[in-house]
Amino acid sequence: MKRLFGVFVNGLIVENPLFVIMIGLCSSMAVTTTVANGIGMGVALTFVLVMSELIISLFRNLIPDSIRMPIFLIVIAAFTTIMDLEMKAYFPALSKSMGVFIPLVVVNCIVMGRVEAFSSKQPVADSTVDGLGMGIGYTWVLIALAVVRELLGNGTLLGRQIMPSSFSPMIFFVLPPGGFLVFSLWMAASNNLRRKLLAGKKPEPTQDSCCTLPENGSAEKA
Amino acid sequence: MTDLIKIFVAAFLINNIILMRFIALCSYIGMTSDVGQSVGMGLAVTFVTVLASAVTWPIYYWILKPNGLEFLEILVFIVVIAALVQLVEFYLKKSVPSLYHAMGIYLPLITTNCAILAVTFDQITYNYNFVQSIVFSVAVSLGYLLAMLLLAGVRQRLKNSPIPSFMMDTPILFLTTSIIAVAFMGFAGLIK
Repeated sequence: MKRLFGVFVNGLIVENPLFVIMIGLCSSMAVTTTVANGIGMGVALTFVLVMSELIISLFRNLIPDSIRMPIFLIVIAAFTTIMDLEMKAYFPALSKSMGVFIPLVVVNCIVMGRVEAFSSKQPVADSTVDGLGMGIGYTWVLIALAVVRELLGNGTLLGRQIMPSSFSPMIFFVLPPGGFLVFSLWMAASNNLRRKLLAGKKPEPTQDSCCTLPENGSAEKA
Repeated sequence: MTDLIKIFVAAFLINNIILMRFIALCSYIGMTSDVGQSVGMGLAVTFVTVLASAVTWPIYYWILKPNGLEFLEILVFIVVIAALVQLVEFYLKKSVPSLYHAMGIYLPLITTNCAILAVTFDQITYNYNFVQSIVFSVAVSLGYLLAMLLLAGVRQRLKNSPIPSFMMDTPILFLTTSIIAVAFMGFAGLIK
C-alpha cells in the first residue's frame, strides 16, 4: 500500500510530466485559456492514460517486444477515439473549443512515454496508480496555468466575474505569448520547490526518449 | 492562386504551428540545443509531413468517407503515419544512404510528433482540396523549421549569458519563446 502511494505521489511534483519530464507540453498551453477547458483536458487525458496503462499492463507478457510500439499506439488510439466521441456527445461546446487537441492526445508523449517506461514492465495495480498520479499531476498544472490566465486575461474564473469591474482584462495572458510566460513562471516555481524537496537526495535523471535523441544516437525503432 | 498564397502565409507565419498554436512543443524544447540538429529535425519533419498529408487525404476522402468510417480517423491516421515513417526509413536506408545518415536518426521521433498528425487532421477540418492540403502541409512544416531555428540560435547565446538561478534551464527557454511569440503576433492582420 505504501509503495502504491509512493508511485501515486511521484507524478505530482517529483516526476511531474509537464515540469520535470517535460512531455505532453502542447496541449497544456493551448487549452488553458479558461479553467473549464483545463479541467476538461486534464480529465480526458487522465482517462486515456489510466485505461491504456491498465490494458497494456494486463497484456504486457503477451506483447512481443519487437512490435510493441504499434500495439501501444493502437491501444492508445482506441481509447482516444472513445474519449473523443464521448466528449462530442456529452460536452459539445467543450469539445469544440479544444478542437484538434483532443485527437492529439494520441501522440501526447505522456501516454506513450508512461506506457513504454512504466506499464510495459510493472504489475497492473502499480500501472493504474501511476496513470492516475501522472494524470492528476498533469491536471493540476493545467488548472494552475488556467487560473492565472483566465483571471488576468478575462477577469473571470470558471466563467464567473471575480475581478472588480474597474479591472481591465489583460488580453496578453489569453494570447499565445502569455501562455508561454505563465508556463515558464510556474515551471520555475515548481522546479525550485522540487529542488527543496529533493535537497540532499540526488534526483535520478528523468529524461524521456520520446522527444529527444538518446545519447548513443541510435534511436530505437518505432 | 491567391488562395494558395493566403493558405501558405497564414500557416507559415500568422498561425505558426509552434509559436501560435503550441503544437510540437516537446521536440521544440528537446531538439534545439544544437543548430545542426534542429535543422535536421526540421527537414525530416517537413519531408514526412508533406508525405503524410499526401497519403492521408486520399485515404480519408476515397476510403473512410464513402464508407461512413470517419470516426476511425484517429486510429487510421496514426497507423498510416507510423507505417509510412517505417517505410521511408527502409527506403532511405537501401536507396539513399547519405540522406539516411543525415535524417535517419530523427525518423523514429517523428511518429509521435504532434505536428504531423495535427496537419492531417487540420486539412480535413478546413475542407481543403488536395492541392491546398499539400501547400498547407509545406507551409506548416516550414513554420516549424523556422521556429526551431530561431530558438536554436537564441540558445547558443543563452549558454554564455548570466541567467538568474530561479529561471535556470527550461523556464528561461519558455520565457524566450514568449518574447519570440510576441514578435510573431505582429504578423496577425497580414491577411484579412
